[in-house]
Amino acid sequence: MKISHHFDDATLVAYSSGTLTKGMALLVESHLEMCKQCTEHVHTSNRIGGDLLTKIAPVAMQRGSLDQVLGMLDSVDMEVPVENEVSASGEVPQSLAAIIGCDLDKLDWKSMGLGVQQFDLKLGGSGATRLLRIQPGVSVPHHTHSGNELTLILRGSYSDEIGRFQVGDVADLDDQLEHQPIVDTREECICLIATDAPLKFSGLMGKLVQPFIGL
Amino acid sequence: MSQDKPKGADVNAAAVLLEDKKKQIRDEWSAVLSSLAESRDKIAFSRLYEYFAPRVKAYIIRFGMSPASAEELTQESMLAVWRKAHLYNRSKASASTWIFTLARNQCIDRLRREKAVEYELPEEEADPDQRHYGEHAVVAKRMEDAIAQLPEAQAQVLYLSYYEGKSHSEIAEQLGIPLGSVKSRLRLAFSKLKAHWGEDSEN
Repeated sequence: MKISHHFDDATLVAYSSGTLTKGMALLVESHLEMCKQCTEHVHTSNRIGGDLLTKIAPVAMQRGSLDQVLGMLDSVDMEVPVENEVSASGEVPQSLAAIIGCDLDKLDWKSMGLGVQQFDLKLGGSGATRLLRIQPGVSVPHHTHSGNELTLILRGSYSDEIGRFQVGDVADLDDQLEHQPIVDTREECICLIATDAPLKFSGLMGKLVQPFIGL
Repeated sequence: MSQDKPKGADVNAAAVLLEDKKKQIRDEWSAVLSSLAESRDKIAFSRLYEYFAPRVKAYIIRFGMSPASAEELTQESMLAVWRKAHLYNRSKASASTWIFTLARNQCIDRLRREKAVEYELPEEEADPDQRHYGEHAVVAKRMEDAIAQLPEAQAQVLYLSYYEGKSHSEIAEQLGIPLGSVKSRLRLAFSKLKAHWGEDSEN
C-alpha cells in the first residue's frame, strides 16, 4: 500500500499527548497500522512526553504507597499480548475492527440520500465519528469545518482541491479549508471520518443537506 | 542513579559530560525496566517506583486530576509497568518514554469516563486562577535540552498539550490565537525536536 497523504505533525503531537477525541484517536491508530512514517513520528512525539516526565518537578507520593503497590504485585495478572484478529476483508484496520467488526458490507448503513450512506460509530464524547459510503461520481457538498476533520480512506478513492486520496491515505483538515470531495472511480468510496466539532456546509445544496446529514 | 539531579561537580562540567551523564541515567533506567520482565525483581521495581512514581504523579496532576486521583492513577500506572514489563522493548523507547505512554493512557481512560458523565452538564466558566497557569509555569520552569531551545511560544503549546492535556482548540482559546497558529507552532516545535533526536533511535 502506497500512502501519499499523512497526518499533520500537529495532529500526531495531539495524539501523543492524549488530547484527541476518542474517534480521532481511533482514526489515527487505524492509520498507524498501515503507515510506518506516521508511526515513527508518534515515537518522536512520545519522546517529548518521556523527556518532560524526567524534567518535571516530582510530587511526593503518600507514605506507604510503595508498600501498597508491592502488596498487589503478586495478585495481578501479567498482561497477555492481544492476539491480532485478522480482518476478514483485509480492509478494516484492527483498531476499527474491534468496534465495528471486520466486514464493511455487513454494517447497518443508513441512507442519507444523494448517493451517500453513513454508519455512526456512536462513540460519545465531543465531535462525531462515522463511516461514509459514497457512490461513484457523487460529491459531498462544499463544506468547511469549525474544528478539525480527519478522514481515512478504507475503500475506493476520492479527489478534492488538495489531491487524490486512496486506501490508507488520510486527509487532515481544519477550518482553513473549504473542500468538495468527489468519488473519482467506478468503485464506491468508504471512509472513516472523525471530527471534533460540527461541519459547516456552504452553498444552497449544503444548507439543504445539513439537517439530514447532521455531520 | 537514584539521584534526581547531578551533583554540584557535574553542574560545572562541560555540557557534553552532562549530556553523557543524562544519557547514562536514561540508559540505566531502561536497563532496569528491561530486566524486570525476566527477573520479576521487586527491589528493581521499587527503585523504578521511587524514581518514576513522583514524576508520574506530578504529570497526572498537571493533566488536570486532583491530587487524590493522581495518587491512585499513579499507582495504577506503576502496576501497569509491572504487568506489562515483558512488553517493553528497550530498542524502541526509553523507560521514561514508555512509562509516560502508560501514564498518559491511564489519564485518557479516566478523563473519558469522567467527561462522558459531565457531558450533560452546563459548561462551566474557566477557573481564572487556572487559566494562565501554563503560561506562568512555562516561564517559571525552564525546560532543558531541545525543548529549552525552542522559542517560548512553541514550548508553551507543547507544554499545554502534554502537561495540561489541552486540545488544539482549547489552546487556541486560552491563548487567544487562531487554531492554525497553534498547529503551526506545534509543527515547528516537532520538526526541531525531530531533527534534534533523530527518528530512528531513542538515544
